[in-house]
Amino acid sequence: MDQTKAHRIEIKTIVNDMRSLVRLKKIKALGFADKIESCKVLEVYTVEKHLTQNELESVANALANTVSQRYNIDTPETETPFDFAIEVGFLPGVTDNVGTTARETIEDVLKTKLDINHEGVYYSTLLLIKGVENDFGPVLKETDAQIIAESLYNNLIEYAKIKSHDKYISDKGMGITVPRVHLQEGVEVTPIDILSMTDEELVELGKKGIKNTDGTFRGPLALDLDYLHTIRDYYKKEGRIPNDIELESIAQTWSEHCKHTIFAAGLDENASETSERLPDGLYKGLIKKATNLIRAQKGEKDFCVSVFKDNSGGIIFDENWVITDKAETHNSPSALDPFGGAITGIVGVNRDTIGFGKGAKPIVNKYGFCFADPDDKEPIYRDSKLNNPALLPRKIIDGVVAGVNAGGNCSGIPTTQGWQYFDDRYKGKPLVFVGTVGLIPKYINGKPSWEKEAKSGDAIVVLGGRVGQDGIHGATFSSEALDEGSPATAVQIGDPITQKKASDAIVKEIRQQELYSSITDCGAGGISCSISEMARECGGCEIWLDKVPLKYPNLEPWKIWISESQERMTLSVPEANVEKLFDTLRRRGVEATVVGKFNNSGRCIVKMHEKTIMDIDLEFLHEGLPKKHLNTLYTKPKLEDPHFTSEHIKVSLPKILSRKNICGYDYISHQYDHMVQAMTAVYPLQGKGQVNGTASAVTPVLGSKRGIIMSQGINPRYSDLDTYHMSACAIDTAIRNAVALGADIDYMALMDNFCWCSSDEEERLGQLKSAVKACYDYAVEYGTPFISGKDSMFNDFKGYDKNGNPIKISIPPTLLISSLSVVEDISKAVTIDPKNEGDLIYILGQTKDELGGSEYYSSIDKDFIGGNVPQVDSAKAKKLYRIFRDAINEELIASSFSISLGGLGVALAKKSIAGQLGLEIDLERIPTDGPLTPDTLLYSETQSRILVTINPSKKEKFEEFFAPFLNSNEAGLIGQVIAGPSLIIRKGEENIANLSIQELEESYRKPFKNY
Amino acid sequence: MHPKVLVITGYGINCEEEIAYVFNKVGSQAEIVHINDLIDGYKKMSDYQILAIPGGFSYGDDTGAGNALSNRIRNHLNDQILSFAQEDKLAIGICNGFQMITNLGLVPATRNQYGKREVVLMWNNTARYECRWIHVKNTSKKCVWTRDIDTILLPVAHGEGNFYAEPEVLTEMRENDQIVFKYVKKDGTPANGEFPYSPNGALEDIAAITDPSGRLFGLMPHPERYHSFINHPTWTLEKDRLTREGKQLPSEGEGLKIFRNAVEYFK
Repeated sequence: MDQTKAHRIEIKTIVNDMRSLVRLKKIKALGFADKIESCKVLEVYTVEKHLTQNELESVANALANTVSQRYNIDTPETETPFDFAIEVGFLPGVTDNVGTTARETIEDVLKTKLDINHEGVYYSTLLLIKGVENDFGPVLKETDAQIIAESLYNNLIEYAKIKSHDKYISDKGMGITVPRVHLQEGVEVTPIDILSMTDEELVELGKKGIKNTDGTFRGPLALDLDYLHTIRDYYKKEGRIPNDIELESIAQTWSEHCKHTIFAAGLDENASETSERLPDGLYKGLIKKATNLIRAQKGEKDFCVSVFKDNSGGIIFDENWVITDKAETHNSPSALDPFGGAITGIVGVNRDTIGFGKGAKPIVNKYGFCFADPDDKEPIYRDSKLNNPALLPRKIIDGVVAGVNAGGNCSGIPTTQGWQYFDDRYKGKPLVFVGTVGLIPKYINGKPSWEKEAKSGDAIVVLGGRVGQDGIHGATFSSEALDEGSPATAVQIGDPITQKKASDAIVKEIRQQELYSSITDCGAGGISCSISEMARECGGCEIWLDKVPLKYPNLEPWKIWISESQERMTLSVPEANVEKLFDTLRRRGVEATVVGKFNNSGRCIVKMHEKTIMDIDLEFLHEGLPKKHLNTLYTKPKLEDPHFTSEHIKVSLPKILSRKNICGYDYISHQYDHMVQAMTAVYPLQGKGQVNGTASAVTPVLGSKRGIIMSQGINPRYSDLDTYHMSACAIDTAIRNAVALGADIDYMALMDNFCWCSSDEEERLGQLKSAVKACYDYAVEYGTPFISGKDSMFNDFKGYDKNGNPIKISIPPTLLISSLSVVEDISKAVTIDPKNEGDLIYILGQTKDELGGSEYYSSIDKDFIGGNVPQVDSAKAKKLYRIFRDAINEELIASSFSISLGGLGVALAKKSIAGQLGLEIDLERIPTDGPLTPDTLLYSETQSRILVTINPSKKEKFEEFFAPFLNSNEAGLIGQVIAGPSLIIRKGEENIANLSIQELEESYRKPFKNY
Repeated sequence: MHPKVLVITGYGINCEEEIAYVFNKVGSQAEIVHINDLIDGYKKMSDYQILAIPGGFSYGDDTGAGNALSNRIRNHLNDQILSFAQEDKLAIGICNGFQMITNLGLVPATRNQYGKREVVLMWNNTARYECRWIHVKNTSKKCVWTRDIDTILLPVAHGEGNFYAEPEVLTEMRENDQIVFKYVKKDGTPANGEFPYSPNGALEDIAAITDPSGRLFGLMPHPERYHSFINHPTWTLEKDRLTREGKQLPSEGEGLKIFRNAVEYFK
């Protein structure tokens, strides 16, 4: 990095320096409790521009808070005692948001513009640490400073510089570090002679990417031989060899990430009768088919307006509004850089909202995290020499949680809903689910808001962030397993404020002015995908890459084309509107550029300085990829329930409440703003006791009681028994959770997010096919259409354990189902907390011996799986959910809880904590299909059950409503809410357990108490 | 008279729509205006009676919450905003807006030193963003915005709300009745900096302050987020209780009182 002439401004906080105190606490927790005395965090701005002393004073005064901070200009800090100084800043080219803001402030203060080509502002933090001294002198060693530095930075995106006090003094401070990107002016385009390559060479090209002149590879194209043959044949026909940019472009477009090749593949086309033939594939043959069928069955009551074809799915909210939903995953980037991966995930899925129709406003964020156990400290490595460790679970968790925090909070979108789930098999790759609900008027100036079409002759406009080499090969790399060669350039950091400015300008101003004919998000594959995709609306495009605004000069054309630099949208703008559009955007601080023109040539043509470097048939680019034909196998394991001596409920229930999949995570709920936009009606924490609920609600149109109820369902553990039932349970859970809060099953849409592993193996594909089949069966039976979905097929880690032995860690097949439903009056919603002493407790739905894959078994031994996976009787459940909706509308229910992981026992405990009220129940009164042990009664995870409390004065009416279930031993009165502060579990006259609410609450909060 | 309210937006401010909504609901005419439209002269502050700077994440809190946008205001609109502040008009800065009006010296402006930065909202003691409901107690007779309010339940959502002022500034504020809200426990006793009753560890539990005239109001809590009964954190419990007692449900949230006080001022 440069050590060139620049100014350095260090800022330190002199009162209430909480950040330094918190940092001290964290360092102590690393194992330095006895060694560290104090530490001080300083903020550092490196200003790469010649400034006078007066100018520097004004700049420092603008950057520092003069009440609480002091600054040093070009002189090192000397007042703070320390043994070691550690400076952490971003590597060249990594998004530096604070640096960017400081640059704007400096430009504004000095009324001048910095020249992006050789002037810059960079942010870093300086940590000064002081160790204790004993009889032998200072105890803190250089190696300690190194360990502390390691904990502070991620070497993929940041540098750390360590100096001892002596060195610092002799060097006169830390010195100047200017992380400027220097790229040599390179070759604009390289032809790749695939026509003369052997199959072996083609395979290498697909796996490792294009070879650079120095023998290194550019990174995966993720094209298999079959695809490369097709490309070769295409260029044979064209009579030329392709340029590098063309291969890169095709690779992005044809990636599993973009084209969902596995969901599109024909399955078992030549299968015998035992296995179902699925020539149309999982997506067209099952998911989309289900939606089409449901919509037809709903007829006039069909609420879908735009499904599967746009960036999000859209349904009708009321006569004036449409709501949208979309969920994404950002797993591979989060494994490498948890903060960056998570923040780009959440702001990325926000763009799927802004890119819906003519542009919807993001109104709710949702999350879901699958992690390995944060207490697991055993390292794993990407390389056999054990030089390249993967991040440990706790570091991933902290980064991911903070990334979604920064992205959602900064964007002013409430995060009302989310969950976390733990399994050791997420150690190699965590799963980071992020979702966004949007709101858009049904008609904009009388035209349907969800329709858009780029017109031949329109200008291609890209707005938002600039382009750098961050996020190269994101689409292709996420289509593969993570290994040693996973490119660091795929990592990037989000800039939510740049996106917020663009989002506000589009959604709150320009959309209404009808200045553009089409809009889409720049996501995977960057503009190579967004522009060529939009070009299909009119039939062609021509792009001038030299017009694309860059973060730094000399970026090679192929990189400009496929870079996934964040915060960009692509618009199709009639020539006549360009000036007006740009005027508004300029006044909103949003950069926008015309980078080409849409046409109807049938070609996607890319030029650099007027020279054509890519010229591909648009149809071939999008539809030329050969359809895959895959075979599947599914050998279901034959498992039995384990044998063990059960513990007393007084022991087992608190233990289960302390399981990380069940306990509270209010530390996340409280740090994610869930109230901004002032429309949240049911918050993530419910009741006096503040227990995490599983559904939330908002009223998106201020002043109206009409609401949206959202929930999510996920049960990866059941995949170990049977993926069909895993899938059915996820659907029932997402629906049931929402129903318990007051949702209407007849006005509910679903989304599917499949995260699979090793999807090139027949058995894994067999598991997948079975899971998707359940999606079809249950969605159709429930009448809940899928409106959007996404898949991530290779969540595997290939690396080495601490002894250098090769390991492969594959996630359990995971399906997240999200539900979205519309209700007329949100003030009828019912939360989980019991309201009043004396209220009656009912369980709706029969309890069965279904402990397979349960939290209960896992709590005894993490390898216990069991035999009976919960199975869903959808006909019965649908009937129950409809009656439940009617009971909600009649306001017969005081509190309700969707019984999920941990079964009835956990439901009772959480209700008790939420209401801070005692409950007394009798196990003998729980309706079952046969005799069950107390443990099975309490911990079985049988689906389609809801636990409610009601006001005794409503008993008669309530029982009338639920008579079909009460009369057939499928619902029952099991106890009542009591005055005492305890959960009392009886079996007839026998008192089995008496647990105080306080004890239950301590168990419930313990695991994440200190996060 | 329906006072005209200037609701500022831009650069990451994100509560402007709900602020406009609540002002309109209590009988004023709110207009959302991008800060650059003021800077470019398309709009003038002097055309409005109430100035509202909403919460949000202007410039992503980079270089300190509210710092960068208040620099921008100071560099371009200093005269307009200082003359607005000294006329018989009202201003409110909520959360990020509060951070901005302290940086701009609209509050506390002790001894009428409008424009001087005297107090600061620093990192929360938890060093983390905190979104939760808290109780605050009104201690000011002077503040126009909090008339007839004693203790009120309101939400906070911020990372930097830890109020600090030098002792002499604090004394001046105390003597001139410029401390408006203090964080208290549910029973009304002082939070004494104890988390979570005080979500940030603010000096003397200070959650809101006003200028010497009582017209300019800066607060960390978000009263606009409590515009409806169903914004209350345990409204389902309240509803159940009131229904059993045969009582009516409240028609609105208590946060509206603050905005209504502002509109009343112009009657």
